[in-house]
Amino acid sequence: MKCIVALKQIPDLQQLRIRNREPVLNDIPYTLGAIDKNALELGVQLKEELDWEVVVISAGNEELEDTIKEALAGGADNSFLLIDNQIDQMDSAEIASLLAEMIRRSEDIGLAIFGEGSGDNYTGQVGSRVAEILGWPQAGYATSVSVDGSTAKVTRALDDCIEEVELDLPAVIIVSAGLNTPRIPSVMQILKAGKLPKEIITLDDLSLVSSANQIETVSNLAPIAERKQIKIGSVDELLNCLESAGVERR
Amino acid sequence: MLGVLVWSVQTKLACELLSAAREIDQEVFALAINDDAQAESLAQKGAQVFRLNNQSLEIANTASIAHAISQVVNQLNPEYILLSSNRRGKELAGRLAQIINAGCLSDVRALVSSDGQIECVRNALGGATIAHQVIKTQQKLIAISANCYEVPSDQGGGQVQDISVKVEDSKLRLLSTQGKPSEGVDISSAEVVVAVGQGLENEELLETVNKIANQIGGIVGCTKPIATDRKWLGEERIIGLSGATCKPNVALLLGTSGQVQFSVGIRDADTIVAVDKDDQANVFTLADYYLVADLNDFLPKLSTSL
Repeated sequence: MKCIVALKQIPDLQQLRIRNREPVLNDIPYTLGAIDKNALELGVQLKEELDWEVVVISAGNEELEDTIKEALAGGADNSFLLIDNQIDQMDSAEIASLLAEMIRRSEDIGLAIFGEGSGDNYTGQVGSRVAEILGWPQAGYATSVSVDGSTAKVTRALDDCIEEVELDLPAVIIVSAGLNTPRIPSVMQILKAGKLPKEIITLDDLSLVSSANQIETVSNLAPIAERKQIKIGSVDELLNCLESAGVERR
Repeated sequence: MLGVLVWSVQTKLACELLSAAREIDQEVFALAINDDAQAESLAQKGAQVFRLNNQSLEIANTASIAHAISQVVNQLNPEYILLSSNRRGKELAGRLAQIINAGCLSDVRALVSSDGQIECVRNALGGATIAHQVIKTQQKLIAISANCYEVPSDQGGGQVQDISVKVEDSKLRLLSTQGKPSEGVDISSAEVVVAVGQGLENEELLETVNKIANQIGGIVGCTKPIATDRKWLGEERIIGLSGATCKPNVALLLGTSGQVQFSVGIRDADTIVAVDKDDQANVFTLADYYLVADLNDFLPKLSTSL
């Protein structure tokens, strides 16, 4: 059986700079989001337990092959990549249809694992959309997963409760941030990662009609920080500030 | 195609969605699934409520809830569908949007009407920016964050009518549900927030922090590492991208970072007062007032002065 782990290449937001309220995205290196690494770790744990194969799938621009090496070093067996510079302009619905088509091309899949949201835009739709396209059941905000034959048991952390559900395979699992601690690859694993099997396709290889973008971004600016930034020198002054801001002593 | 359909599994959030729906100048329909009490509450807010009672519909089953709501959408044909952007709502949003071929945005903090379009306001790039986005599809699905709109007051005048859908065979079974261990803290609606970060070096000082919070009628919140790495406080107290977004009158920040992952949850406070021992602390840029002080000395002093 195969476990698909879907990953998204995102700009490393730690290196994001703001100039005149505009985000400057040029020259920022790409990375994988933290939650995506959790998704991969879950896949690798299932592989160790069940002797499954872990296939990483991703769609992204020409940097993708390089970015995805980190995931391959983290324990994936091989990768299936869609590389096309148009992908950066696509919205969640388009990406979902591409990933679903890629999953359809694989056989013998047990689970397809996604993160609860990407590190950059965090729309959190892609896993659910793919599940619908494929007609598979889904469980989101998963904190633990165990597979038994043709079903999976998933514990989910919801807003006000913990839920345990059983799903028929194949299924989509969308993991919660921080459900595990992703392993740090060894130097050997990093060296070997570049040599693992991979299949690379472009948009032309998929027979999908591209649709118009569903979302238009009117503006995307850093908020104006209108704080006074007044330095004060003592606890008494701080108390005055709290009181004038409306704090009442109890 | 006209109208706004709202649904949330949580009644309070469903009521907030009624307020959000008022930003769109169209008729509002509310849906209640297997919840007569919610249908009643929504009707008291003046909403036209559709009650969907079907015991084979399981809230835990995102796929079947999405298919059920899509049938309601087909019957009522609204232009907008509003869901709550809690975990269930967000997971549902993607699936429902796919079925009805709608563009979808989640974690939306406000709806703004501009040039005849509804702009959705939401954080982007990990909270570094605030995006205004418009959904271009005929039907539009928007998941709205909690506490961004008020619960409207009771006005009566609403009606409840039944609606039915077909439910397919399920590929998911609910095995068990248990309440989360919770202290019942709701940091997002606190008027005064006292937030601690990793600048607080000594766990014993938390007691003093709690005392100060009590003295000023505040609730203690924290940055993510304090809850997840140090496990000093419960995760429901986390402020920021991975926790609550707060809008208090006053926020007292004690040794918190100025990182956007945290600040995105507190930057809507009316007044921010920050204390840190580093005179170049990044957090001072988001403060109205800041004091350079060692928390080990400062906290006992503040508590005694109060």
